[in-house]
Amino acid sequence: MSAMLLALFLVFGQLSLMAVGGANAVVPEMLRMVVNEHGWMTAAEFTALFAIAQSAPGPNVLVASLVGWQMASLPGAAISLLGICGPSSVLSFYVARLWQRFRDYKLCHAIQRGFAPLSIGLVLGGAWLLAGIANTGWSAWLLCAVSALIAWRTSLHPLWLLGAGAVAGLLGWV
Amino acid sequence: METRNIPTRRELFTGFFGIGIVGFGGVLPLVHHMLVLRKGWLTDAEFTELLGLGQILPGPNVVNLSVAVGGRFHGASGALLAFSGLLLAPFCIAMLLVSLYQQYRGLPALQQVLAGLAPAATGLIFGMGLRLAAKLERSSWCIALAVATFVAIGLLHWPLLPLLLVMVPLAVTLAWHLQQKEPA
Repeated sequence: MSAMLLALFLVFGQLSLMAVGGANAVVPEMLRMVVNEHGWMTAAEFTALFAIAQSAPGPNVLVASLVGWQMASLPGAAISLLGICGPSSVLSFYVARLWQRFRDYKLCHAIQRGFAPLSIGLVLGGAWLLAGIANTGWSAWLLCAVSALIAWRTSLHPLWLLGAGAVAGLLGWV
Repeated sequence: METRNIPTRRELFTGFFGIGIVGFGGVLPLVHHMLVLRKGWLTDAEFTELLGLGQILPGPNVVNLSVAVGGRFHGASGALLAFSGLLLAPFCIAMLLVSLYQQYRGLPALQQVLAGLAPAATGLIFGMGLRLAAKLERSSWCIALAVATFVAIGLLHWPLLPLLLVMVPLAVTLAWHLQQKEPA
């Protein structure tokens, strides 16, 4: 049991430090490690867990805790989530702190100014990628566009838009 | 510098807890809504700056952002509170869902709700991106970099790591040279 917990922590800890650009960036690598390298489950089982993680609220890293749950129940789930979030969080904490101290240096201004457009490109590019998967027909694209327009132009709470989407789905409009 | 509100430790935890519990389909737009629009803990510029840091560093972007925000206001304990606030509810819900999944696989009504939820959630991300883009500096190099990144990720599906290895030094060098040229 404790050997399994250690193995889970090591696998997800590695993925944590590889996940440049967010958790979704390492999902293919996670599948490779969990299915091919360790043989913990089949690819179909992994895909099912991924779909469940996507339908839960919260960040997209939950798939790690579901893999952990499958392997070693609740302790496995907790260790895996800690593994995928822990190392990168510690790094972020210290870098953010250093940043706060040195942000008035010229180089930091340049980093900040240069990264702003990249950051926006990453957000919109990622959204476009997701839209290609989530929007299965013209009504879904329309819903997506309306949601985008309202979110852009108003400060309506996002939950209203999500609720409207869920109702539209339930009524079979999407 | 614009004035902004300083959260207490309790507010950090409850704020991020509230995001975790409702954050279907990715939580970034919700984080932006809470931090900038509702609570006023950060300005749009500060949000873009911290988000940028979260994106350069490895790890889930939103988790990185929560750690940076918590740490900025209350050091290590603030970071830990924001982190656990964000992850506690989703973790419990995911555990519940995976237990239920073993019993009820593929309810049609659930599939339908998800089919409507996903496009709305994606729209939210677009909305947030557009809101941030509207505040970007209006220069051709800035727009060119944003568009190039969008095309590489969204249309060409390039892998992220090599893309960042090229784009980050390029963008920072460009910004550095422009900065040297401009009068202080």
